[in-house]
Amino acid sequence: MSFIEINNIWKEYGPHVILERLNIQVEKGEFITIVGASGCGKTTFLKLLLGTETATRGELTLEGKKILDEPSDERGIVFQKYSVFPHLNVLENVLIGVEFEQSKYLSRLFGKKKSDARKEAEEILKAVGLGHAIRKFPHELSGGMQQRLALAQALIKKPKILLLDEPFGALDPGIRQDMHALVLNLWREHQLTIFMITHDLKEGFYLGTRLWVFDKTRHDEHSPESYGATITFDLPVTRCSEDDFSEIETSMKKNKSQPA
Amino acid sequence: MKKLINQNPKITSRWALGIIPFFLIGIIYLMASNARLAENPDDKLLPSFASIGAAVNRMAFEPSKRTGEYLMVADTVSSLKRLIIGVGVSALTALLLGVFMGAIPYVRANLSPLVTAISLIPPMAILPILFITFGLGELSKVMLIVIGIAPFLIRDTLQRVLDIPQEQLIKAQTLGANTWQIIVRVIFPQVMPRLLAAIRLSLGAAWLFLIAAEAIASTDGLGYRIFLVRRYMAMDVILPYVAWITLLAFAIDYILNRLSKRLYPWFHAGV
Repeated sequence: MSFIEINNIWKEYGPHVILERLNIQVEKGEFITIVGASGCGKTTFLKLLLGTETATRGELTLEGKKILDEPSDERGIVFQKYSVFPHLNVLENVLIGVEFEQSKYLSRLFGKKKSDARKEAEEILKAVGLGHAIRKFPHELSGGMQQRLALAQALIKKPKILLLDEPFGALDPGIRQDMHALVLNLWREHQLTIFMITHDLKEGFYLGTRLWVFDKTRHDEHSPESYGATITFDLPVTRCSEDDFSEIETSMKKNKSQPA
Repeated sequence: MKKLINQNPKITSRWALGIIPFFLIGIIYLMASNARLAENPDDKLLPSFASIGAAVNRMAFEPSKRTGEYLMVADTVSSLKRLIIGVGVSALTALLLGVFMGAIPYVRANLSPLVTAISLIPPMAILPILFITFGLGELSKVMLIVIGIAPFLIRDTLQRVLDIPQEQLIKAQTLGANTWQIIVRVIFPQVMPRLLAAIRLSLGAAWLFLIAAEAIASTDGLGYRIFLVRRYMAMDVILPYVAWITLLAFAIDYILNRLSKRLYPWFHAGV
């Protein structure tokens, strides 16, 4: 039994098929990068893992159990934006994860519990490079620093899988490189299983141990919505040829003119 | 020469420009008042600044011959008490209902149509009902303010809760939060400064309902006094009372704004 099993998953909205015939297994510790044209169901797939959407057919299991159909602390997430709480400072943003767990009603900690949680939070913040900014509020942070904070928030919960939805899409190229180094570092150190959606194919190849391409294999000119996308490429990243790269790049570009 | 839309006054000229209209209104009043008083020294419509000053002195700084109270002070205290209780009750209701309606879809489906319907009732139209059910005492005046502004505050709070990005609610769940924790730690603190802003907006309406209620059935209060002395055309009392109410309204608005900026600096940082 694999860590994550995806058995013949379909996602449909009425007659509109988004995803079809997804069959794939994922092992613990894999770093999966997901690319594809916009509107091809990458984000829908991530939402299935996250639990905000439910598959219309098929089965999705995590460690042999059906995955919960609402978000839980088994799965961490970093969105492109709005991932951090604007009314809490950096330290509080990370602490809140511990407080949710240890204080069901007040969701506040006091005394030794608080100082223990604080130590843990400070360590993680140092690891993501925010050790110097723990008293700052999110609006005082740059986009890159906010994403670092969002990662730290997720990490303190030690999620079984970490989902990243274009986390660096809004960042400048230079800052993106720093973030790549950081994510790879955290992935190794915490032995995370990561799913990451990206628009940037190079990023996908650079970061992942495995690259998935979402695309439609069947087309109907007269009702384009009656077929959904599926995983057309599943590549171990080390074994990628130039041909594959350019073929994937074309498949990502061809739908660009269509609205997402 | 820059385009007009790109020319910004400096701080001193901005102040000067802002004061000029007030100054002009004062001058015009003074001229008109002088002209009328020259014709008829007993004219009551546009009293001179001197007689306004005398009226203020009589109302605020000398005890009333009949009751021994300082009338303007007593009026201010009773009006402010009604206003603060009315607005406070409305705000508390809005906070509770708005947050729970916003956070829990079942509560929203259950209560949202009712709140919308109530908000469409013109409050003044049900003032007689309030007087009949709650009597002519304090309760009916406070209730008029509550009925007048609470529906707006509830709907505004509800909308502000719905404006919180879904991503944040999902994120909180991935951090292990249950419904109650999301309400207490994510929704409630983010709604507070927005509620304060809504209260500031609703204060105008709250004053309107307060003065209306006092005008119709009361034995003290700023609105009561204005409508009482209207019978004697006592403009020398009405005008300073109106100015005083305006000043009070301004002061409350200013205090709420400062409070919000002090308590919720992240909200005012403009993200």
